[in-house]
Amino acid sequence: MDGAAAELREAHRLAGHADRVWALAWNPAPGAGAGPVLASCAGDKTVRIWKRAPDGAWQCTDVLEDTHNRTVRSCAWSPDGKLLATASFDATTAVWEYNGGDFECVATLEGHENEVKSVSWSPSGSLLATCSRDKTAWIWELQPGNEYECVSVLQGHTQDVKMVQWHPRLDILVSVSYDNSIRVWADDGDDEWHCVQTLNEENNCGHSSTVWAVSFNQKGDRMVTCSDDRTLKIWDTSADLSQPKTGEGHESWRHLCTLTGYHDRTIFSAHWSSEDIIASGGGDDSICLFAEETSSMVEGSSYKLILKKEKAHDMDINCVQWCPQDPRLLASASDDGTVKFWELKGSVLD
Amino acid sequence: MGLINANPVIHEKKERRVRQAPESTDENAVEPIDQLEIFDILLYDFPDEFSEACFCYTIYLKCSIGYLVVVLNVFLHHIRDIKDPEHPYSLEQLNVVTEDSVELNDESNHVRVTFTPTVEHCSMATVIGLCIRVKLIRSLPPRYKAIRLFTSSVNKQLNDKERVAAALENPNLLDMVEECLSPTFD
Repeated sequence: MDGAAAELREAHRLAGHADRVWALAWNPAPGAGAGPVLASCAGDKTVRIWKRAPDGAWQCTDVLEDTHNRTVRSCAWSPDGKLLATASFDATTAVWEYNGGDFECVATLEGHENEVKSVSWSPSGSLLATCSRDKTAWIWELQPGNEYECVSVLQGHTQDVKMVQWHPRLDILVSVSYDNSIRVWADDGDDEWHCVQTLNEENNCGHSSTVWAVSFNQKGDRMVTCSDDRTLKIWDTSADLSQPKTGEGHESWRHLCTLTGYHDRTIFSAHWSSEDIIASGGGDDSICLFAEETSSMVEGSSYKLILKKEKAHDMDINCVQWCPQDPRLLASASDDGTVKFWELKGSVLD
Repeated sequence: MGLINANPVIHEKKERRVRQAPESTDENAVEPIDQLEIFDILLYDFPDEFSEACFCYTIYLKCSIGYLVVVLNVFLHHIRDIKDPEHPYSLEQLNVVTEDSVELNDESNHVRVTFTPTVEHCSMATVIGLCIRVKLIRSLPPRYKAIRLFTSSVNKQLNDKERVAAALENPNLLDMVEECLSPTFD
């Protein structure tokens, strides 16, 4: 294995959904002794749960249906692995309780005016964020008795908000939008949420078209965004994010580098692994992997392509997600209705 | 909805080019599709006499990531209903799409149709765009993924597959699109 070139080998192909698979989520805490658990959501209005059987084959163990009456666009597990939130074009977000065996819908969050595009849990698990075509992001707080209360409606984006993602350590939320911008939201210590930074084309080397996804590195000092402009952008913060901020003007995040020319269609998804490898997937049916350039010849930081897997699927790739329990296992979801697992083999270092 | 384009400029229909017989006799070979064929699919899915009867003309809108086939009959029905019962003008006659406006690169599975809207910011353009997209997806081989349709302001929306997917889930809109795409007999 030493010195062998990096390769992405297809390990499994999960079929079952009757329509395009939009998103995936690995359970961050499936339980002691349990193997990895994956949730997938699709245009067929269902969420499927996948687990590995004793013989190594993957199977669909649960189908969560009859709750959403339109496409389920996004899903996210709570940090303790016990709850699964699902966001739908039906304008609602459902919360399911996972008892290790059964799934039960314990809450339905209503309020968005139209399609909900994304859902994300805060690192503590006490806050949930959702975003919608109604141009807003909402922050919900879990109350006793499985009640969720909306604590803030974040307004600022001028168009459809495509994804929200919490910082891995702090209660800081990032949203990305059809308005081509990235917004960073924080509370001022008094439960008032504000936009503390906007990253756009004019002031920050931002994207020139719809931004589809954002992903943080494990430490939370870098994030990657991907866009319809066919680039990925890496952002870095050297500021101390845990200080409360009250308004715009505090520039914590700065542009680090732009990865251009690797995808020739819209890039729909990017995900940062715990081993600091960035995976991306898009409308060119390909998966790309990137890592930081470690050569000391290069001033500053830059990222290089490790490999490009062309025709990873037969159609658009909508989501890529690294497995938290196995940082060399990558899952991808596609318009072709399937989920594929990939094993990263070989050396990713120079 | 008020009449948007009350006085369309009508152009002469061009002579149709004679189509070449396919060169390959291998039934299983993937036939390269030429420009004319794309154009034909777009405009002449219904034979002339049929389309005259049903007032069904499709508008092809370019959008950055998809293509939209909009059935003009809704628009023309509207014109017809309000203005003149005999108003069967094809898109070509309205100079909306011409043969030259279809570009094809069969190798890279890329089709480009240039569409000149007769009216800027036509409120029907979005529906039109959606229909075009659905129609083209249904008509062309799956390898044709990126068909560029250019309109004015609806471009980005029509290119956003998530927005298109959500719009098509809207039963009212889907009904309108399906109605547009299905033949009607008068």
